[in-house]
Amino acid sequence: MPNDSAYAAPAATHAASRPLVEVSMLEKRYGDSGPPVFSDVSFTIQPGEFVCLIGHSGCGKSSILNILAGLEQPSGGTVIMDGHEITRPGLERGVVFQGHALLPWLSAVQNVAFAVRSRFPTLSRAEIREKAEYYLHLVGLRSALDKKPAELSGGMRQRVGIARAFSTQPRMLLMDEPFGALDALTRGLIQEELLQICARTQQTVFMITHDVDEAILLADRVLLMSNGPDARLAESIDNPLPRTRTRESMHHETGFYDLRNHLVDFLVRRSALVSKGEH
Amino acid sequence: MISAESRRAFFLFLALFAGLLLVWQLSTASAPPRSPYGIPQGNAEYQMLMGHTPGTTRTREGFPGPARFAASALQALHAPFHDNGPSDRGIGWQVGASLLRVAIGYGLAVVVAVPFGFLIGLHPVIRRAVDPFIQILRPISPLAWMPLALYTIRNPEGCGIFVIFICSLWPIVLNTAFGVGSVRREWLNVARTLEVSWTRRVLFVLLPAAAPTIITGMRIGLGIAWLAIVAAEMLVGSSGIGYFVWNQWNNLSLSNVLLAVLLIGFTGMVLDGALAALQRSVTYAE
Repeated sequence: MPNDSAYAAPAATHAASRPLVEVSMLEKRYGDSGPPVFSDVSFTIQPGEFVCLIGHSGCGKSSILNILAGLEQPSGGTVIMDGHEITRPGLERGVVFQGHALLPWLSAVQNVAFAVRSRFPTLSRAEIREKAEYYLHLVGLRSALDKKPAELSGGMRQRVGIARAFSTQPRMLLMDEPFGALDALTRGLIQEELLQICARTQQTVFMITHDVDEAILLADRVLLMSNGPDARLAESIDNPLPRTRTRESMHHETGFYDLRNHLVDFLVRRSALVSKGEH
Repeated sequence: MISAESRRAFFLFLALFAGLLLVWQLSTASAPPRSPYGIPQGNAEYQMLMGHTPGTTRTREGFPGPARFAASALQALHAPFHDNGPSDRGIGWQVGASLLRVAIGYGLAVVVAVPFGFLIGLHPVIRRAVDPFIQILRPISPLAWMPLALYTIRNPEGCGIFVIFICSLWPIVLNTAFGVGSVRREWLNVARTLEVSWTRRVLFVLLPAAAPTIITGMRIGLGIAWLAIVAAEMLVGSSGIGYFVWNQWNNLSLSNVLLAVLLIGFTGMVLDGALAALQRSVTYAE
């Protein structure tokens, strides 16, 4: 059974000041003419950091995540992780997809086991099952392990997707609006569970969202994208709230409303102005 | 617990079946021939002239009625595996011979068509290159190949198998290619992010994802194969259910022809039912 300290080891050994990921001058364009979807996007991610990227639809935030995952190629710029350029997908980057992307012919535990077997091909069948169940328990799924995705609720499916991503013990977790399709109650529950797991395991996370409160709850740092086309990375804001924040209490923290107003203001007004060069 | 709807359906089925038997009985009942020239029904001379001697019954001629058919079918099914030489084998042998041919020809078709379908499903360039060939070859009636097959293979057994092979190949190729080509991109991305090897990707992602579509193609192929084998055996067979039909026609034994026709339908239904069960076992809900 993987214990927490072993689980956290990869992140802990890289807790140096050197960033885990360096994104520089990233650009994406479809076709040769017309403006790029986004350009001049540069940022870094420190080991153990939880970074959220917020922007309106069409600013290319999913493209940025896919480039980090290695599923898409940028039109310009580079992504360096641990001194190596990212050009293709890899097990050191776990992805939680927007639509859970579970394999529908496999049960919940088989879906996670599929990932475990990919990461640890030498383990026995029983060890793989044990590991898969461990990660499903980690995300709060204790029953319904042998049910197919179609028999699970939306929240449970997304939990399985998160368990699958964690089960490969990635250096970095990439999440593409993972809670977008969930109802508010389920979303809140899973957000808190995710926060606890990340705090325990020092998981580095890069997450895309359009929910301001979700970003404030989860992120250590929030990146703001201006509107597309030719979107830019407009601001990078450190979250001043303590890491022990919870959904129930965080709106009592000093600085919560300042941060929230700042983010909402950006999304409502300034995101459009930046693109027109009037910032 | 049987629902009211299925009970009503069952009674309707019984009524239809009884109606069918009744129509069959009425249309095959032997009545004394009627004269179109106004000669009275009871005229013995006319009846004898028409081959209907009073006092005899016409039991061995014409289209059999339900009772006569049942009797002769029971007799044929009583010893389905008797073997008195090539022109007097039991109907069980004949169905078995046809099934064996289909098993070999269709088995070969599946073994060739599924990998080929994967190839063209995964590579659009190959698909576009071979598409004209498939479109030309697909609508050809399997029997049209027969002379070429006879000349090339020079073996009637091989010809029958070739006909089965060639007619069940295309639906399996096309359905496999379509199924593999339309596997959800997300699932392939999952495999890519997990650095899944080529074999695991094919066996554990593409194959289960495309399995329902592949089996649809296999059902269509098997249906066509079972249609084609009967015709092929009529042409070149010395055994098989198609040969049996033709042989019994030459014997003027319409009872046996009718029995074979029903048996062809029944066997086809069982074959399709087996693949339908297989399909249910691999179908997934998204």
